[in-house]
Amino acid sequence: MRRPRSRIAAIALKEFWHILHDPRSLTIIFLLPVIQLIMFGYALNLEIQKVELAIIDLDRTPASRELIQHFEGSPFFEVMAFRAPISQIETLFLRRKARAVLIIPADYSRQRQQGTTVDLQLIIDASDPNAAINISNYCQQIVEAVPTTRLAPPPAPFEVKSTIWFNPDMKSAYFFVPGLLALLLVMISALLTSVAITREKETGTLEQLLVSPVTPVEIILGKVIPYVLLAFLDGVGILLIGVFVFQVPFTGSAVLLAFLTLLYIITALSLGLMISTVTSTQQVAMMAAQSATLLPTLFLSGFIFPLRSLPWILQLISYIVPARYYLVIVRGIMLKGNTLPQLITPALFLMGLSTVLLIIAGKRFKTTLEA
Amino acid sequence: MNQRKPAIVAEHLTRRFGTFLAVDRVSFRVYEGEIFGFLGANGAGKTTVIRMLCGLLAPSDGNAWTAGFNVRTQVEQIKQHIGYMSQKFSLYEDLTVRENLAFYGGLYHLRRDQIQQKKQQLFQQLELAAFETTLARDLPLGFKQRLALSCALLHDPPVLFLDEPTSGVDPRARRDFWGLIQSLARSGKTIFVTTHFMEEAEYCHRVAIMHEGKIVAMDTPETLKARSRKSSMQQVFVSLIQQQLTES
Ligand SMILES: Nc1ncnc2c1ncn2[C@@H]1O[C@H](COP(=O)(O)OP(=O)(O)OP(=O)(O)O)[C@@H](O)[C@H]1O
Ligand SMILES: [Mg+2]
Repeated sequence: MRRPRSRIAAIALKEFWHILHDPRSLTIIFLLPVIQLIMFGYALNLEIQKVELAIIDLDRTPASRELIQHFEGSPFFEVMAFRAPISQIETLFLRRKARAVLIIPADYSRQRQQGTTVDLQLIIDASDPNAAINISNYCQQIVEAVPTTRLAPPPAPFEVKSTIWFNPDMKSAYFFVPGLLALLLVMISALLTSVAITREKETGTLEQLLVSPVTPVEIILGKVIPYVLLAFLDGVGILLIGVFVFQVPFTGSAVLLAFLTLLYIITALSLGLMISTVTSTQQVAMMAAQSATLLPTLFLSGFIFPLRSLPWILQLISYIVPARYYLVIVRGIMLKGNTLPQLITPALFLMGLSTVLLIIAGKRFKTTLEA
Repeated sequence: MNQRKPAIVAEHLTRRFGTFLAVDRVSFRVYEGEIFGFLGANGAGKTTVIRMLCGLLAPSDGNAWTAGFNVRTQVEQIKQHIGYMSQKFSLYEDLTVRENLAFYGGLYHLRRDQIQQKKQQLFQQLELAAFETTLARDLPLGFKQRLALSCALLHDPPVLFLDEPTSGVDPRARRDFWGLIQSLARSGKTIFVTTHFMEEAEYCHRVAIMHEGKIVAMDTPETLKARSRKSSMQQVFVSLIQQQLTES
């Protein structure tokens, strides 16, 4: 004789059957992260590597050639010599032959021998401002490796504001892997739960559930558990790809990250639950979940734009975007090896946010069931 | 019908939605083993009565007891003692027949061997065995209806609520289905069924005719026909409704 099955298990099992019978959603759940990682990784990495750099060497001495070798040795630049008059730089950019031009002044070696600081001129095609900042930073690094040289401040037409995509090691993977983790976890959790619950409303099966002895808490737990597991698996997958393919360091504690990730997933699920209480069709739930997660997570979490660069009203809104806290946590644990005491503020914020969401969702869920 | 214990009691049961009176002081008793039919046009309030009797919806006024339990205070006990087939067959269309049954069995804390045993019995009774691994959405409508009934019967409830169980089903399947309902009643189950097919009223032991939230007539089909000197329930219904309309 087997023990009677718990109702939570019965509901969770049923959710798994739904997922298994719908290979399309299963593919999306597991393929989406991989595709997005590849897209981000490919696009960003290619941009940072193999930047066509034209070097105009007006000095032509062993010293200036040494500097050029430094650039040639860097994987980020594809160096080409350029002898045409400086006035033709513009056509270089227009024909997309080069994305940056470095000018070594004629008195380069003389000034270095004298020990004075040398000004090099760097001209960057800033039509893609993010790339321009990256290029400028890479050049800076290389030039600084050569004693007593430095880059001159860029001339006005190419001036760019440095706001975006900055990290000291110039590795964008450090930023998009945690960001993508935050994005996909919140999207999967909020979307799947809200759709799973509104589906039952739409088909009338929710009413069938409610005449059975099952309680609202059992319904919620049973429905949410499968998606917690799925989201978790997805998260582990993204992290493994991030660490092993994109070489993002993992300096902190995996257990702490797992624990705080769970907290983040619960926050996102509560959001999905709340969405399901105000929507009655799957279509609407899907749209609501998407607009509540995708754009805020991209733009109001510090993923793409630093929060400080946002208008104050958006900064204010960002306080209720769960990814804002999760990004601090993931970056902190992975890149800086932060421990719980250092992350207590974002963790508490997440906990508070999920509690508030759960209370509202729970209350609303009960009343929608009774109506 | 020898008058046994009442399985359902409604006393002045009333439900308002805002200012709209959907169910207006409805009183009746349904006895154990009885097939009680609730007849009425669209919007008469049949589903609302069922939802109150199941504990899904609180009455605005009046009171009711299902299987001996109060619908206001003993909802949990009611849920253990009723089977409910809602107006649209609430099955999981993307799950198989077996999965649907296993899930509903799990909701009632049935053990797997209990579900298995009950399933075999229902499969035989309802001729569903051939469809065990078919997705619910691929079932012919008549069999969807049987699956929904099986799901409602898994936990062997003494009281069964069927809300328009035969809507959209072909006449032959409907006849078969009523045969099943009659055998369930013979085995002692109380059946509360709504329909707007008047000829189906003939299968019921007693019927109540509902119009705009009120019960306008309630008796055995034979008595109702005799009293209004009509030969079919269809005619009885039409004349009763006309009478209501001229009165108001
Ligand atoms: N939740 C609700 N909110 C507002 N009005 C409702 C609600 N539920 C039902 N009603 C109204 O109450 C009336 C009775 O509805 P009910 O569903 O009980 O009728 P019915 O007899 O079952 O009709 P049908 O044959 O169409 O199923 C209808 O006018 C309906 O619009
Ligand atoms: Mg109805």
